[in-house]
Amino acid sequence: MAGDPLKFRDPARARALTSALERVTADIGREVSVMHVCGSHEQAIARFGLRATFPKDLNVIMGPGCPVCITDVPEIDEAIALARQGVHIATYGDMLRVPGSSRSLADAQAEGGRIHVVYSIRQALDLARTLQDQVVFFATGFETTAVTTAAVILGEVPGNFSVLSAHKYIPPVMEIVAEMPGTRVEGFLAAGHAAAITGWGIFEAFVKEHDIPVVVAGFEPLDILAGLLRLVELVRDGDRVVVNAFPRCVTRDGNLRAQDQLWKVFRPIGGRWRGIAHVPNGNLRLRDEWAHVDARKRFRIDLATVWDQAPPTLAHQCICGDIMAGISSPNDCPLFGHACLPDSPVGACMVSSEGTCRIWHQYGGGGPNLSTYGAMCEVRR
Amino acid sequence: MCLGVPGRIVAIDGLVAVVDFWGMRREVRLELVDQSVAVGDYILNHVGYAIRRIPESDIQGTLDLYEQLLREAGGGDLMAADVRAELAASERQRVDGKNNGR
Amino acid sequence: MRTTLADERVLMKHGAGGRAMRRLIEEVMTVGLAEGLKPGDLGLNAMDDGAAIRIGDRWLVMTTDSHVVQPIFFPGGDIGRLAVSGTVNDLSMMGATEVLGLTCAVVIEEGFSRADLIRIQQSMRSAAIEANAPIVTGDTKVMGRGELDGILLNTTGVAITEHVVTDAGLRPGDHILLTGAIANHGFAVMTARHSLQLEGNLVSDVAPLNGLIRNVLAAGGRHVVAMKDPTRGGVSSALHEMAAKANVTIVLEEAAVPVTDEARAVSELLGIDPLHVANEGKAVIGVRPSVANAVLNALRAHPLGRDAAIVGRVVEGRPCVVLDTGVGRRLLVEPEGEPLPRIC
Repeated sequence: MAGDPLKFRDPARARALTSALERVTADIGREVSVMHVCGSHEQAIARFGLRATFPKDLNVIMGPGCPVCITDVPEIDEAIALARQGVHIATYGDMLRVPGSSRSLADAQAEGGRIHVVYSIRQALDLARTLQDQVVFFATGFETTAVTTAAVILGEVPGNFSVLSAHKYIPPVMEIVAEMPGTRVEGFLAAGHAAAITGWGIFEAFVKEHDIPVVVAGFEPLDILAGLLRLVELVRDGDRVVVNAFPRCVTRDGNLRAQDQLWKVFRPIGGRWRGIAHVPNGNLRLRDEWAHVDARKRFRIDLATVWDQAPPTLAHQCICGDIMAGISSPNDCPLFGHACLPDSPVGACMVSSEGTCRIWHQYGGGGPNLSTYGAMCEVRR
Repeated sequence: MCLGVPGRIVAIDGLVAVVDFWGMRREVRLELVDQSVAVGDYILNHVGYAIRRIPESDIQGTLDLYEQLLREAGGGDLMAADVRAELAASERQRVDGKNNGR
Repeated sequence: MRTTLADERVLMKHGAGGRAMRRLIEEVMTVGLAEGLKPGDLGLNAMDDGAAIRIGDRWLVMTTDSHVVQPIFFPGGDIGRLAVSGTVNDLSMMGATEVLGLTCAVVIEEGFSRADLIRIQQSMRSAAIEANAPIVTGDTKVMGRGELDGILLNTTGVAITEHVVTDAGLRPGDHILLTGAIANHGFAVMTARHSLQLEGNLVSDVAPLNGLIRNVLAAGGRHVVAMKDPTRGGVSSALHEMAAKANVTIVLEEAAVPVTDEARAVSELLGIDPLHVANEGKAVIGVRPSVANAVLNALRAHPLGRDAAIVGRVVEGRPCVVLDTGVGRRLLVEPEGEPLPRIC
């Protein structure tokens, strides 16, 4: 039953898949690096402790797939500036603590800004209906979330509601990673829920052009392990193809109805992702037809108001960009674990629950040798 | 981003479905899902919207896919037989016993 | 290190029961207060659930708590029941199950409904009867409209016990037990407060545990070596404190931790780990292996302990909590601040 994901967390099947992954990695006989580009994949890997079971020679790198981490500093500043202008800001919870150039939305809230944490854009709509004041929805997240923003904009929207779009589109950044000089990535694990919308067909051109296999995987432990197994097999056998390992949710064409709504509302433009220079077509902005609900058109956003505090002096030492691109690891960063901590983050990677640095700080990097606890984990019920 | 949790539709009223996740019910919007859905169907939910209908037959299909992967990865060696035995044993265990509070 | 807002102002996370709160307490609230205690007494330096002061060959145990929960009335309970249970439970966690008396100080916002106040008082009364813990003195104040959010309750509890159980007594080989299904209180309050539009049967577990713990101590005696109630910060916070104070590693088996289906649903939908969520009717108990089964049976024989389980084991190692997820292993994190629903 779909309602019982415990089936996809079965320890015996997981062990079997892990053993198979060991064998196939050993077949290759050297270090192999593959990348996933989805914060939820990293979150699932971290949450279930899968890294403790991966083969030594397999590097599963987290790429720029954390939507919180890659939301750029000016975008955070725009939301904060609006808050300081007296506008209510509705935002997803993860964005609350991400540092802008001088402060985060949480800081702005502590200073009196009216920031509301919502778990759905519909909650922001409800908020706007109960207030007279202006409400701006800070729209962050990748295409899977952008489609819900599009659905709302295409429906009935109260006059005091508008959208500040900081949505991002993932496929272009895979190109950037694949084209980076010195990239060691030999395969990509693609996000199952984004692919549920876009379809797996969009990866065919990518695979042909870059000669790198792509496997679309879901988010349960068995989905991730099976996806990795398939991916490493493709690397071993030199098969440059797209494989859909999430057939229960993903088809070749995807959800055409959602895609239609997405592109009706948004246009892709090039722009900066936090830490990664320019991503062509990586940012989603509202088309001109929707200027009447575009916060950037409705308000004059004065960014100078958020530059009243000196920017954090350590920001220039932050290497989140390299970490997100998979070039460096948190241990390579001079700030990691010393000046940059979850309590006092310098970079976005330390703020987000899906940020590489945050996850490393909490789950690994200096922790105990977790494999030795395997034998100790038999507890009588 | 969110994991996108599957749930089962228990009621539909126009564009709004009431979906059951382990006994908790929540409203989910249907503007985005591209297949027609009915009470009893499973859907993938993301920030309050259904983005996919999950055909029940595909669940078993995925599990079959993983088992096929295991067979192929095991090749003809003896380990594959152990793996299959382990899987069979765990099936029996799931039928025999239940975990606390589940 | 750069100055952050947290250095200058008190923020919400400082009240959330996790690491930030502990640091505020250590760095500000308890500074210089350790003087005046006799050697052997347990005071603020021990940072346990309560204080224990020797009187002859017994201990006087004291604890205090302030309650500011919103909403005041939540599924399964209210602030009154919470106040009484919380204080009775803190005393019980120190091994003091026979409560001499409770105080009740209340600060009420102008405009507060008298009917609600009566309801809260009745709730306190029945919880006090349930726990056999009389409310013997109190105080009443009113503040202007807008100066306080509804109502604030403070309860102090006093008890006498022959033997004090701390939260620092673990050693390698010990077993960890949970008295029942976790996260119900925090999730019930969260779903009621944040209007998450989740319908279901999630109710708080708020209850006084002294009867249950009395049975535990009868079954395990001096071999019950550590106890803590996992309130703010959840089981994770409680285990981290127990591991840190005893300088041991705790290995927790996720599959053994009892969680109801409804709590699991909320956990998955909001992306919040049940191990980080508050409980108000549960205890984490560390025991020597020789009494683990006896204590488990004593728990399960009691209405408040039916779903009790052995969930972990203590091993040698640096102070941390390792989680065996069934499909892997990782460190269990300490919650940073108030758990926020993720982009879900």
